[in-house]
Amino acid sequence: MALPAVSTRHLFFTGKGGVGKTSLSCATGLALAEAGKKVLIVSTDPASNLDEVLGIPLGSMPTAIPGALNLYALNIDPVAAAAEYRERMVAPYRNILPAAAIQSMEEQFSGACTVEIAAFDEFSKLLGDPTATADFDHIIFDTAPTGHTLRLLTLPSAWSGFIASSTGGASCLGPLAGLEKQKALYAATVARLSDPKETTVVLVSRPEQAALAEAERTRTELATLGVSNQYLAINGVFTAQTPGDAIADAMTRRGVEALAAMPAGLTELPGSTTAFVPKGTVGLESLRLLASEPGEQSATQPLEDTDPPTGLMPLAEMVDQISRSGHGVIMTMGKGGVGKTTLAAAIAASLARRGHAVHLSTTDPAAHVAQSIAEAIPGLTVSRIDPAAEVAKYTAEVLAKAGNQLDQAGLALLEEDLRSPCTEEIAVFRAFAQAVHAGNDGFVVLDTAPTGHTLLLLDAAEAYHREVLRTRGEMPESVVELLPRLRDPNYTHVFIVTLAEATPVHEAERLQADLARARIKPYAWIINQSLYASGTTDPLLHQRGLYELPFIRRVVTALSPQTALLPWLAEPPVGSAGLARIVLSDNRRPASADFS
Amino acid sequence: MKKLEIFDPAMCCSTGVCGVEVDPVLAQFAADLQWVGEQGVAVSRHNLGQEPAAFAENPTVVKEMEAGMERLPVILIDGQIMSTGLYPSRAQLAQKLGLKVGAGESAAAPAQSCCSPKSGCC
Repeated sequence: MALPAVSTRHLFFTGKGGVGKTSLSCATGLALAEAGKKVLIVSTDPASNLDEVLGIPLGSMPTAIPGALNLYALNIDPVAAAAEYRERMVAPYRNILPAAAIQSMEEQFSGACTVEIAAFDEFSKLLGDPTATADFDHIIFDTAPTGHTLRLLTLPSAWSGFIASSTGGASCLGPLAGLEKQKALYAATVARLSDPKETTVVLVSRPEQAALAEAERTRTELATLGVSNQYLAINGVFTAQTPGDAIADAMTRRGVEALAAMPAGLTELPGSTTAFVPKGTVGLESLRLLASEPGEQSATQPLEDTDPPTGLMPLAEMVDQISRSGHGVIMTMGKGGVGKTTLAAAIAASLARRGHAVHLSTTDPAAHVAQSIAEAIPGLTVSRIDPAAEVAKYTAEVLAKAGNQLDQAGLALLEEDLRSPCTEEIAVFRAFAQAVHAGNDGFVVLDTAPTGHTLLLLDAAEAYHREVLRTRGEMPESVVELLPRLRDPNYTHVFIVTLAEATPVHEAERLQADLARARIKPYAWIINQSLYASGTTDPLLHQRGLYELPFIRRVVTALSPQTALLPWLAEPPVGSAGLARIVLSDNRRPASADFS
Repeated sequence: MKKLEIFDPAMCCSTGVCGVEVDPVLAQFAADLQWVGEQGVAVSRHNLGQEPAAFAENPTVVKEMEAGMERLPVILIDGQIMSTGLYPSRAQLAQKLGLKVGAGESAAAPAQSCCSPKSGCC
């Protein structure tokens, strides 16, 4: 058991949400700092929890971490960076141009493109400009969940290519008037990312099949982008100390099986494994424990607060309630890795068993939905929102609509604009809006991509809604109706999915606050994969279960309108029967529909 | 040499594909401007979101915006207003600029004169 052993100046930690990127990057940074190196940890995740793990509020400048000499951290919030950029662009004209013009400019800088670009701009300043980080021996990037990470990493080459081929001047890159001036900086960023002497990308995974599959996907995608210096860190390896407990044995077995079936490409990478820790990894002391042996971790103080939590509601009862409304949209939302996709599938299957026509739609790029419903359930259909396919469809549609009216020059210009990064945002958003629209005729169940992306998606929905109010051209009804539908508690039921741990609960809380900004109120929270509820008697897992209690209580009393608590399941919930078991897992007297 | 200036509302691409729906008028207009440029007219195009300075420096344009944002796009020929609140067709541009539209070229440019970007009429 050890922390990743890496020697390059730049380290990137990437992986499926919830695998412990922040924990491992902080523990690695701390270990390097304690070995005498000067280390800067950087987060570019819009829903970063670096502050929590290091126990100090962070901003966009390096902050010294108390209690750890030579360790510094900063947090790049792309949304805040975009706001700063917007203000820089708009402020000089406040008293010169009419108020309506200022408002219109601000609107323009509130889009998804601006956020993406502002984030990348900040990221490049650190990676592309050697003077920005000259004081540090190591710069560790605790990157956002994988989809977002990949986009950030893909952007440099996309932009370099785009800038080089763009001869027609300002186009979709417009919001960044200064972008072309940054070309050298971006090129330097790409070069540093791909230089094995400078940069190591640490793929973080749990010993779980889904997380390993995601790591493999990232490995190949990065290799395609020319980033070949990769390292595999398996985090949270658990071994039951005494056999006999069903949960502990299942967890041990699942880990061993997943590692044995690890994709070949991953086994060839250099790597390390880090042990399961019963406590969370918030605070420097917990981070130091990550490097230690599992045996050293069990000697902790007994807990005082062990009363069973109250105020919970069985998930099957919630499904019954929703079933009565007859149609509408159900969304499971939360950070990646909390089980949104599986729960969306379980709820969809459960509604279908109650006799409804149900459509399950997933945007999760690592969709396991198809695998989860191996057996067909009557009334249930499944589809995936695939960003690449959506972009192709959108491009074809636009060219068909506008292309035939254009001469060659016009067509070239249009195609140029369709190659821009914002095309994907729009294309995916349209697919999402269409899926929501289909809830008129039955139930539509959507999981969503990891939190950062979800926020941007909703932000886009809000921006588009405002755009609709001053529309031109033909607007699909699905788009016009979207936000009012998402806000209607009889039409849309939002489940916030979380785990009973510090970081996931905080992140779910942030997600709920962001939904509130868009005036969308969640219907319920689901605390998933609870070791406390699993009935385990394994000492380490039992202790971890007890550490869940304060978080469960906090969700029930302070955060959620109603809460379901689902146990960690010894059998993975695969297929129709497995999904049915999820909905019943917290309920002794299930609704009869789930028995069939 | 005649000077044609276009002051666009804030939008992220000159072809308008960044909206939820693409506006064919904008894509056509971009092509028309290119044609006008090839006929020897000095064309400059400014987007409120990208080049607010160009708007701020032009009192005629500021005055129009004060009257209402729907006056954008403002199109000037040699500093004089040619049109507000709509994207003219290639034929209209040609007429005002004293250019001749070839037979093959006019076919590619359907008249869109009724269309204001915000009127929803097209």
